[in-house]
Amino acid sequence: MKTDLTDTTASKINKALVLGRRAIGTPAVGMVLTLVIVTDEENAYDALRAASDAAHEHPSRTLVVIKRVSRSPRDRTTSRLDAEVRLGADAGTGETIVLRLYGDVVDHAQSVVLPLLLPDAPVVVWWPVNAPLDPARDPLGALAQRRVTDTYACEEPIRELVARADAYAPGDTDLSWTRITPWRSMLAAALDQVDCEVQSVEVEGEEYNPSCELLAMWLADRLDVPVRRTVSDGPGLTAVRMDTDCGPVVLDRADGSLANLSIQGQPGRAVALKRRETAELIAEELRRLDPDDTYASALRYGVDRLNAPAKGDPAGEDGLAVAAPVGTVAKAPAKDAAREKTPVRKAAAK
Amino acid sequence: MSSSNPLRDPADRRLPRIAGPSGLVIFGVTGDLSRKKLMPAVYDLANRGLLPPGFSLVGFARRDWEHEDFAQVVHDAVKEHSRTPFREEVWQQLIQGMRFVQGTFDDDEAFERLRGTIEELDKAQGTGGNFAFYLSVPPKSFPVVIQQLKKHGLADQSSGSWRRAVIEKPFGHDLRSAEELNAIVHEVFAPDQVFRIDHYLGKETVQNILALRFANTMFEPIWNRSYVDHVQITMAEDIGIGGRAGYYDGIGAARDVIQNHLLQLLALTAMEEPASFDADALAAEKTKVLGAVRLPKDLGRDTVRGQYAAGWQGGAQAVGYLEEDGIDPKSKTDTYAAIKVGIDNRRWAGVPFYLRTGKRLGRRVTEIAVVFQRAPHSPFDTTATEELGSNAIVIRVQPDEGVTVRFGSKVPGTSMEIRDVSMDFAYGESFTESSPEAYERLILDVLLGDANLFPRTEEVELSWKILDPIEEYWDQHGTPAQYPAGTWGPAEADDMLERDGRSWRRP
Repeated sequence: MKTDLTDTTASKINKALVLGRRAIGTPAVGMVLTLVIVTDEENAYDALRAASDAAHEHPSRTLVVIKRVSRSPRDRTTSRLDAEVRLGADAGTGETIVLRLYGDVVDHAQSVVLPLLLPDAPVVVWWPVNAPLDPARDPLGALAQRRVTDTYACEEPIRELVARADAYAPGDTDLSWTRITPWRSMLAAALDQVDCEVQSVEVEGEEYNPSCELLAMWLADRLDVPVRRTVSDGPGLTAVRMDTDCGPVVLDRADGSLANLSIQGQPGRAVALKRRETAELIAEELRRLDPDDTYASALRYGVDRLNAPAKGDPAGEDGLAVAAPVGTVAKAPAKDAAREKTPVRKAAAK
Repeated sequence: MSSSNPLRDPADRRLPRIAGPSGLVIFGVTGDLSRKKLMPAVYDLANRGLLPPGFSLVGFARRDWEHEDFAQVVHDAVKEHSRTPFREEVWQQLIQGMRFVQGTFDDDEAFERLRGTIEELDKAQGTGGNFAFYLSVPPKSFPVVIQQLKKHGLADQSSGSWRRAVIEKPFGHDLRSAEELNAIVHEVFAPDQVFRIDHYLGKETVQNILALRFANTMFEPIWNRSYVDHVQITMAEDIGIGGRAGYYDGIGAARDVIQNHLLQLLALTAMEEPASFDADALAAEKTKVLGAVRLPKDLGRDTVRGQYAAGWQGGAQAVGYLEEDGIDPKSKTDTYAAIKVGIDNRRWAGVPFYLRTGKRLGRRVTEIAVVFQRAPHSPFDTTATEELGSNAIVIRVQPDEGVTVRFGSKVPGTSMEIRDVSMDFAYGESFTESSPEAYERLILDVLLGDANLFPRTEEVELSWKILDPIEEYWDQHGTPAQYPAGTWGPAEADDMLERDGRSWRRP
C-alpha cells in the first residue's frame, strides 16, 4: 500500500501510517530499528533497494531523506515537504517513508525525521554519499546511535579517512570497514593455525580503495609491526602477505571471489571471499548497534603511519597535522590494551 | 587454536567464531538426516564463513561411491535443502576437502582406509588431526562403530588435537541400556569429547528461554509457585510413524520424545539461574532440577498413553497405528503420552508440570505454556470476567517461533466486559528472517568444543530414572487408549486434567 502526500508535515505522515496499517490489517509492529537514509535523488533508488533487502534480516522503519537541489532563488525561499508512505507488500518487511525536501527545510531535516522515529528503538543513519565530515555533530547524525558513512563512494578516500579519524565519535562506522570483515576473519583464522610471530605485512589492492588502508591500519594496530600498502589493479583488495618468523602467510584473491590461503609448511587452500553487495553490508552493520571500538582503534592508527603508498597522496601530509593531536589523546587506552597483549603472546610463542 | 592470536579481540564482535582446523566424518552418510540436515548445515556454515579454511567432510557408508559421486550427492542435497543461497565459490572451497570411504561397520580394511584418508587430509587440507565422528547410525550399530574407531586408533588424540564423537538420540531405551551405552562410548571417548545431539536445544527459541528468564526482570519474579498455577509442555506432530515402524514399535512416544526433548524443556523452564552461561554451570542447574522431579503417586491416574486410530487428519484419511505397515496388530506401543510430574523444591512445590506428546495430533506444534493463577480478588463482577481465562506466557518453540502473553482486556463498549487478548512476539518479525538451523549451531559447537547445548550423561540417566517407572507401570497395566487421528489425543488425557480442575490448552 502506497500513500502520496504533497506539501505535508510529519504529523500528517504519522496519521497516514496509522491509517495505512489499519487498512492492511497489521496494526502490530515488530520493527526493531529506524533506518534513516540521507541521500540525493540520484542515489536514492539503489540505497533504498539495498535497505529493503537488508530489512529481511532487520525489520525496520526506513526513512529516506532526499534533499532536493534548489535551482533558483525562488525555489530556495519556498520550502516544501513531500512524502510517500509505503506499507505492507510495497515495503518488504517494514515500513518505508520517502521524504523529499525542497528549499529551506533541507537544512532542518531533523525536524521532519524526529517525529517519525520508532519509539524506544535504536536509530541508524546511513549516508550512501556525501556524508558530513563530522557525522556525530550533524543534526541528523545526532539523532542516531549508529552513523554509517561510506568513504568508498567519495572523491578523495584517503583525505576522508583522515577526517573520519579526526571526528570519530562512538557509533561511527564506515562501509569500507564492513567490506573487510571476511578478510579480517580469514586472516585471524589463518593466524589461529600457526604459532608464529608476524614481522611485517603487505596489503595489496586497487588505488582509491579505503578498505585497503583500513585493513592495513587494523593489522598494524593489532600486530604492532610495519605494514606496507601497495597498489594493484584490483578488483578491490587483492592480497595480504604476512611475513612471520616461520615463513609467509599469504591470502591472495585475484578474481574478487575465490581466494587462496597459503601458509608455509601447509597445503594451499581455497577460501570463498566474495565481494559483497551493499544490502549484505547494511545487514551486517545493523546486526550490532554498539560502538565498534576495533574500528575506532584501527581508524585512529592513522593512514600516514602506514609505509606511505607509492602514489604519494597529498592528503597524507594534511592528515598528519590534523589527525595527530586528537588521535593521541583518545587512542591511548585502546593502544595500551593492544600493547599489553603483545608480550604475553611472545611469551606463549616461545 | 592459539588464544594468543593478536588479531583476535573479544571486543571485535564482527569477527565470527570460526572453528579451528578440523574435519567431520559422518557415518551413515546416505541416510535422510545426513542429506536433509547435516550436509546442508555444513554448507550453510561454510557460506556464512564459519568453517575454517581446509575444512574437510568425510562420508562413510556401504555404497560403492567414488569421491566424485559423494560430492555430487552432497551438491544435490545442498542445492535442495540448504537455507542460504548456493554460491559456487563456497562450493569450490568445500569440495576440496570432500572424501568418501566405502565400507561396512565391521570391515577392518574400511576403517584402515578411513584412517588413511584422515592422515591424507591432515597433509592436504591442514586439518591438524582434529576430527569429529558423527554417528548417524541405528542404535544397534553404535557399539560396533565405537569399537572400530578405538581398534584402528581413530579415537586417539595426539597432543594438541582432538577427536570427538557426536551421537544422536535415542540414548538407550531405559536407564540400564543408557548406562551400557554410556559405558561403551566413554570407554573410547572422554566424557567431555562426547556430544549428544538433541536438536531441540539448538533451536533459537529454546536458547531464548534462558534469555527470557534470566536477562529480563519482568518474568522471573512471577516464575514460581506463588503465581504459577501449572505448566504445560506440548510437542505434537501431525504425521504418523511413516516408514519408521521398525524403530518406533516398542519404543513409543514417551521414550522417543518425553525422555529427551520434553524433559530438557522442563529443565530449562524450571531450573534456577545458573552461575554463568558455561556448560558446567548450566548442566549443574539442569541436573539439580531433573533430580528434583517427583512422579505422581498413582501412575494410573496421572499418566495417560494412547494410540492413534483411523481418522481424518487435515483433510486426508489416515490409518490407525495398528493398521500401519510393519506394526503388530496387538502392539501396545504408545503414540501419545501425557504425564504429570511435580518438582520438589521451594520454587515449584505444588505446581504440576503436564507433559504431553503424540503423533497424528491436530497440528505440528511445540510449546511451553506457563499458566498463571487467577487474580486472588476481582473488583469486577462475574459477568464482566466471564470470558476471562487464566493469564499465560507461551513460549512457541516451533513452528512460528516466538512468545505469546495472554491477559485480559476490556472489550470496547459501554459495559465492562473483559476478554482474553494475546500479545505476540514473533521471531520472524523482529529478527532475521532466517534464523540458523539447529544443526548448524550444533555442528559448529561440536567443532568449537562448546558443550553448552548438549545434554550430559547425568541428564540422560536422570531422565530415564523419571521415565522408567512409568514405562514399567504401563507394561503391566492396561492398554493404550485409542484416539482418532487428527484430534488432540484421547479423552482420558482430558479427564486427567479435568480431575485437577484444569484443561489442556489448544496449542
